[in-house]
Amino acid sequence: MIAFYLWLYLGVAVFAAGCIVRAVRYSRQPLHLRWEIYPVPHSRSGELKIMIPEILFLKGLWEFNRPMWRVSFPFHFGLYLLAAGTVFLGCSAVAPAPLFAVARQASVLCGTAGAGLAVAGALGLLVRRLTVRHLRCYSSPGDFLNLILFILTGSLLLTGQWLRPAGSAGPMAILRGAARFDTTLDVPPVLAAGIAAGIALLAYIPMTHMSHFIAKYFTYHQVRWDERANVAGGSIERRMAEYLMYRPTWSAGHIGAGDRTWVDIATSNPAKGGPQ
Amino acid sequence: MKPPVKLADMSRPDREPLVHLENGELMPLPAPLDDPAKDHAWRALSEQARQQYECGLDDTCVLSFPRPKTPAEERELVGKFLSGLDKLFSRENNWTFLQPLLLSMEHCARCQTCADACHIFEASGNNELYRPTFRAEIMRRLYFKHVRGGGLLSAWQHGEIELNWPLVARLAELAYRCNLCRRCAQTCPIGVDNGLIAHELRKLFSQEMGIAPKEIHDNGSMLQLKVGSSTGMNPAAMKDNIDFIDEDISEKTGIEVKTPWDVEGAEVLLIHNAGEVMAWPENPGAFALILNAAGVSWTMSSELAAYDSINYGLWYDDAQFARVALKHVEAARKLKVKRIVLGECGHAHKALSVIADRILGGELNVPRQSFLPLLRDIVAGGSLDLDPARNDFPVTLHDPCNVVRLMGIVEPQREIIRAICPRFREMEPHGVDNYCCGGGSGFAIMSGHNFPDWRFHVSGRKKLEQVLHAFEDCLDPSIPKYLCAPCSNCKGQFRDMLAYYDLWEDHRILYGGLVELVVNAMKAVKPGFIEWEWR
Repeated sequence: MIAFYLWLYLGVAVFAAGCIVRAVRYSRQPLHLRWEIYPVPHSRSGELKIMIPEILFLKGLWEFNRPMWRVSFPFHFGLYLLAAGTVFLGCSAVAPAPLFAVARQASVLCGTAGAGLAVAGALGLLVRRLTVRHLRCYSSPGDFLNLILFILTGSLLLTGQWLRPAGSAGPMAILRGAARFDTTLDVPPVLAAGIAAGIALLAYIPMTHMSHFIAKYFTYHQVRWDERANVAGGSIERRMAEYLMYRPTWSAGHIGAGDRTWVDIATSNPAKGGPQ
Repeated sequence: MKPPVKLADMSRPDREPLVHLENGELMPLPAPLDDPAKDHAWRALSEQARQQYECGLDDTCVLSFPRPKTPAEERELVGKFLSGLDKLFSRENNWTFLQPLLLSMEHCARCQTCADACHIFEASGNNELYRPTFRAEIMRRLYFKHVRGGGLLSAWQHGEIELNWPLVARLAELAYRCNLCRRCAQTCPIGVDNGLIAHELRKLFSQEMGIAPKEIHDNGSMLQLKVGSSTGMNPAAMKDNIDFIDEDISEKTGIEVKTPWDVEGAEVLLIHNAGEVMAWPENPGAFALILNAAGVSWTMSSELAAYDSINYGLWYDDAQFARVALKHVEAARKLKVKRIVLGECGHAHKALSVIADRILGGELNVPRQSFLPLLRDIVAGGSLDLDPARNDFPVTLHDPCNVVRLMGIVEPQREIIRAICPRFREMEPHGVDNYCCGGGSGFAIMSGHNFPDWRFHVSGRKKLEQVLHAFEDCLDPSIPKYLCAPCSNCKGQFRDMLAYYDLWEDHRILYGGLVELVVNAMKAVKPGFIEWEWR
């Protein structure tokens, strides 16, 4: 049991660390030149009007790739419900008596519906990837495996929950057991396998392109919508001052890199006696 | 049916083109161009070009890169490519676009949503070679393998690709089969930008290997930095030509027009795409007439490069881009003008107003803006006394990608056109969802070998379809029609493409700018500023 609990903690820790490392890596990249795409929302409410339908309902996919949306939406919404189910599970573990039943019921509903939708969606995605030529041709073996892992994990979780013998530990008991390192807990093997697989999958996500939920923050807020102007004495100007002192090493003759800074290169004229 | 090209084909050691397009395979066009059998046959690349240059991609060739003579030379070029690839992902070398590039490299879900948005892919009859992810996927695989040092596990996760000289040569050409319109990026649910990947590839080839199309490098940014304009006009020639245009416009309109030069402290420094002066002189003439009539304090500059707003570096080279942008703002600073206003040139709009913004610190940060809000204010202000009845002919508006999707300027041009063109009709889709004219990212000025055939049949095809739909109710040649394209590059593409398909000869579809429509509607001007003659 100890190994099982350690696995849970380790998986969650790897997931959190992986997400943080990825987010920090992107946030530490130099401020790029402006590269926005319009329309750009100009208020927080405007951003939310785009972000909420995009995050919850994958509006972009609905609009531009409906066949993919039909399988991708249930998959993603299923994952959201699973996450919500986990949150409700945590709430029910600490909720006062009057709210316990509500939180528990919500957790069961979200968890079951979420796993079901995620499995159905992943299955649909896998079928599309296998049967639609242009999806199959550009998919790597890893893409197929990722979907298979979701299908297996979701199926194990659903089966484990349904086949759970009366009196054996359920998700709530496992959560409490993990919090207290309770080694006496009787965890049904299928459910334990589902949870262990789910945790492994969770830890694996930040190492793949499936971490696009992190990237999306940057692609929207720091690329597509970043139309901040460079104003005198502002933070952009300060950061640029640092970058302009970088010494690029591009080799083409007209760049004339040598040991010169970016400013030196930009202010030289290769057609007027500068580097050719 | 021919088997679709595969990613692995890019590494094929033979030099045979990977694809060949036939008219019948392309996206069908509406009437009167709906019969592929009557479409022009493509000019074939000459045998000499095929032998001399790397032309192993498709039916055409823009780079004219000489074939390496020995395997050692090939290995050396592959080594340079790898070195450039590394630099593309280093902070010191590519801080300008590193963050968006990394995001696009590492998060594509390969859902292919971008493909449906790409006019080139659609127009080619969905040919795999032109799928936006085809180029990007090769780049991703190279990135994970050679930059991130991925082994077997990485190949399994991200896919495998064999790097050799044929792949590099084909990739260089493929970087120039994208208009950089970024319509694909607009529709990507994740925000991955395949247009940026094409842009960065072009940079790698130019900045590390010195490979770029002659039209945009040697005869483009280099010539501009040398004599002042990619047209070859030095300041004296430019002033002479503008003098001539002033005289011509004065005579034509009955209103005395004089372009002010190098006026210190003027409100506005107007910078045209100098191509207008050579190809469409009525455009700078119309600008001068309007600004004078509206009482705007303005000037042009005769400083090196400051009388030509083009900045081709935007499409292929950060250093060239920055050099030209600096020339533009230095001229403004020298004249102590209040702001720079860019004339009808889409890429110049984006280059100087938006992309250059963050490198222009301190005194160099001179306000810069599009002519469109200024013209809208002039028209709305009523100082010109306009008669829309003078523009009583069907007019449609082409949205240059750089102005709408990439700068968000959508309404000012429409407010102007609605005020002066009673028979205005939109193309569908339009505004930020527009399609590129097919000449974007330098294609309009590239005419080596048989590239125009590709440009008209493939990259311009979707726009051609839009134009024909916009005028489908009035194709009768007795009705003159005006395709308004407020961008020099786009006008160049329309000039060539409409002529190629005889749409002026047979259906009286004329193209032109926006200021011409405004002057044509001015009551104070002799009627008939728009002459309905092909040029």
